Amino acid sequence: MTKWAVLSPPTLFLLAFFLAPALIMVLASFQYPGEFGGLAPLTDPGDGKEFGLTLENHAFFFSDWLFAEIFARSFAVAAASTLICLLLAYPVAWLIAQSPRRHRDLLVLLVILPFASNFLIRVYAWMILLGPQAALARTLNGVLAALGLEPVSLLFSPCAVLVGMVYVHLPFMILPLYTNLEKHDPVLLDAAQDLGANAWRRFWGVTWPLSLPGVFSGSALVFIPVLGMFAIPDLLGGTRDMLIGNLIKDQFLGVRDWPFGAALSIMLTLAVLSLAGAAAWLSKPKARAA
Amino acid sequence: MPLLEIRRVTRRFGDFTAVDDVSFAVEPGEFFTLLGPSGCGKTTLLRMIAGFDLPDAGQILLDGRDLADTPAERRPVHTVFQNFALFPHLSVARNVAFPLRMAGLGEGEVKRRTADALDMVHLGELAEHYPHEISGGQKQRVALARGLVNRPRLLLLDEPLGALDLKLREEMQLELIKLQREVGITFVFVTHAQNEALALSHRIAVMNAGRVEQLDEPSRIYGFPVNRFVADFIGNCNLLEAEVRAVEADGLRLSVAGLGEVRAPAAEGCQTGERGLLALRPEQVQVAAEADPAWANRFPGQVRDFLYVGDVTTYQVRLDNGYTLQALLPNAAPGRARFHETGDRVMVGWSAQAGHYVREA
Amino acid sequence: MRRLPTWLLLAAASSYAFLYLPLIIVVAYSFNDSRLNAEWVGFTLDWYRVLLHDEEMLLAARNSLLIALVSSGAATLLGTLAGLGMHRWRPAWLPLLVITPVAMPEILLGVSLLVFFIQVLHLTLGFLSVVLAHITFSIGFVAIVVRARLAGMDESIFEAARDLGATPWQTFRLVTFPLILPAVVAGFLMAFTLSLDDFVITFFTAGVGVSTLPLQIYSMIKIAVTPEVNAVSTLLMLLTLVLVIAASRMDKGFMRGAG
Repeated sequence: MTKWAVLSPPTLFLLAFFLAPALIMVLASFQYPGEFGGLAPLTDPGDGKEFGLTLENHAFFFSDWLFAEIFARSFAVAAASTLICLLLAYPVAWLIAQSPRRHRDLLVLLVILPFASNFLIRVYAWMILLGPQAALARTLNGVLAALGLEPVSLLFSPCAVLVGMVYVHLPFMILPLYTNLEKHDPVLLDAAQDLGANAWRRFWGVTWPLSLPGVFSGSALVFIPVLGMFAIPDLLGGTRDMLIGNLIKDQFLGVRDWPFGAALSIMLTLAVLSLAGAAAWLSKPKARAA
Repeated sequence: MPLLEIRRVTRRFGDFTAVDDVSFAVEPGEFFTLLGPSGCGKTTLLRMIAGFDLPDAGQILLDGRDLADTPAERRPVHTVFQNFALFPHLSVARNVAFPLRMAGLGEGEVKRRTADALDMVHLGELAEHYPHEISGGQKQRVALARGLVNRPRLLLLDEPLGALDLKLREEMQLELIKLQREVGITFVFVTHAQNEALALSHRIAVMNAGRVEQLDEPSRIYGFPVNRFVADFIGNCNLLEAEVRAVEADGLRLSVAGLGEVRAPAAEGCQTGERGLLALRPEQVQVAAEADPAWANRFPGQVRDFLYVGDVTTYQVRLDNGYTLQALLPNAAPGRARFHETGDRVMVGWSAQAGHYVREA
Repeated sequence: MRRLPTWLLLAAASSYAFLYLPLIIVVAYSFNDSRLNAEWVGFTLDWYRVLLHDEEMLLAARNSLLIALVSSGAATLLGTLAGLGMHRWRPAWLPLLVITPVAMPEILLGVSLLVFFIQVLHLTLGFLSVVLAHITFSIGFVAIVVRARLAGMDESIFEAARDLGATPWQTFRLVTFPLILPAVVAGFLMAFTLSLDDFVITFFTAGVGVSTLPLQIYSMIKIAVTPEVNAVSTLLMLLTLVLVIAASRMDKGFMRGAG
């Protein structure tokens, strides 16, 4: 009795507002678009217009290389962002884990604070920093002009998109890495040193393999949101930097082809689920031991 | 009428039988101990008495009433948990007052009895402290005061000394005995530490693999173990395979393979020709350069090893037939750590009254 | 304690600088007496004055606070129940239902709710649709924080309460609830912050009916970079700063929950 009184409110709410919409999306991806946006009816309205289910939306995706290219570009951006985040995050996570216990909470809070500020503000900060009037662009273009080269734009470029992605998602890499590194027993490193391992081999032989679960969960936390991001390419990228997120957004709010947008969303969902599954599998210690 | 009666209780978890057809009774005012290795079912049994778990078969009766339909909060039984389980958000006084408040007593009564209970365990000054501010021994006392404050019919103690260090544990043992005598409440105590059980209990039930192997007073459990498990589990014991040659008025004549005839005290129900074990405590075995004429049993051997632990030294003596016996010699004379060196030829012996013949089923 | 190599300290320090420098510039330029975010000219509070007279911005701020309050209140209730339920009965389906909306790219939840609200519920997008959407993604955060708190507690204290005569309801009221309260409050503050900050899901579920601060900021920076955005950003950062510090003070598990 108590059990259902506790479990049913959140369960029913999420069934209604998470699972039902997700299933509707699957259905929508097999429907025809409505005449003025939205979806065409499932049963014959009797006016000679399209109705029912179709595979056209999925076929459309494979009809044009452009879409495959956008997917590939999104994965590339996500992979690059994840790698850069890992390189930047590891020293920070390591430093926090090695700090005296009383400093750790403060250092962690310092990582969380910028991430708590609105993400548009964080993107906006880079619009200022990379903007044509900012010191960075003017210095660079001054040097280029002196060399007799054309000025370049830092903003609205693939690089700007990458910087934005890394900046927004960096804490997602630092926190799980730190949580993992904090648990390492420092005696292991002493033992490795005692047994003749130098700093380099202590890292690759002890710390790195033990930190892999943290690396995988951090990577999933960066890779997955980057894959679906549309605001950063919108604000920092040029017209040629469109990613999956932008494509989906356009289907719903721009060209209003909901069924195609739904088909794209389902493909993105499948990609994310398989990535999350892989990360979960890799994070399990027994998977690595095998 | 016994206070608590366990009647043919069985509890299974899947294929595993944690408690297997156990029956016993606990008398009012008794300090009763369930002793056994981890996984023997003693904690499962305790949880069923407390009401956190229910038997698959059998009955648990308190004052002759079946407890099956009484939930934990309505049983006049309290538990002292292994890790004390003090409420971290309540002060010491409020922890102790908790059962009184649950019983719906008036504020004045709650105050008075809480203060009394805290005085009983000498914690009056710490009343307003919080659990994380006090030591392990003090937590233990708070848990005891909380369990006793509204005078339950029965107090269950689940390895309550396990979390304390050795010195403190010995202190608390004495305090537990004193406390139980003062309040007169029946204690059912669970432990895997045999010395604790021997020191504290009026009676002990030795459990193994879900069954009670032996139920008796501590001195009888130690002196007259009924089977190999009990002999082995309680204290150190030399166990010699033996065959009964003759049952005589003054004792038994046993034949021990390779050793020849050994004389042992009489054992109840013992028949000529049956096989069993001779259980011999290390402190019953003597070691000397020359055999003592008082030893009814004497055998030559060689000292293989010894372990000096201060008050006593344990010798490992290998008999010529290949048996290794343990012997315990007190170091009563100061400054003298050992009587024999490794490799010494010695005589080993014990009297006809030493040892105990254990029938093997 | 090992000594850390200098290069590692430098690498970590530059990562921290990378995190903070851009934000410091946003704050600094909000006090800059220049239309361009290019170089320091002089100190002014003009941009805050402009902000205070920007009716649309004020309305958006009011909407944001109201939506955050309602949605985080509801999410705290539902998320606390979910956290308690997951800990107590460990149903296999609930973690999936609770965590997945948090783990998926936000755009997926945004577009599916958009389709659901319009196509199935025939709801006009606005205040209600945004609140429902925000509850959906906040439940998971509250549930994770509450469950982490419960997981860190010694199970036997709940048995001790029953043992000492408390009914299940008394056990909840006198032991469980006081012990999880810091996590519940931290969860509430977290849900409030998330709602206040959310852009992507709001973007899809707000329609033309309602505007929030992030939507307002987005439409402004999409058109042009003006110091007024710096001013509103600074104020918003100040607010979330207070909320996050409050939440982390409430519950140590909060930081782990956030990661």
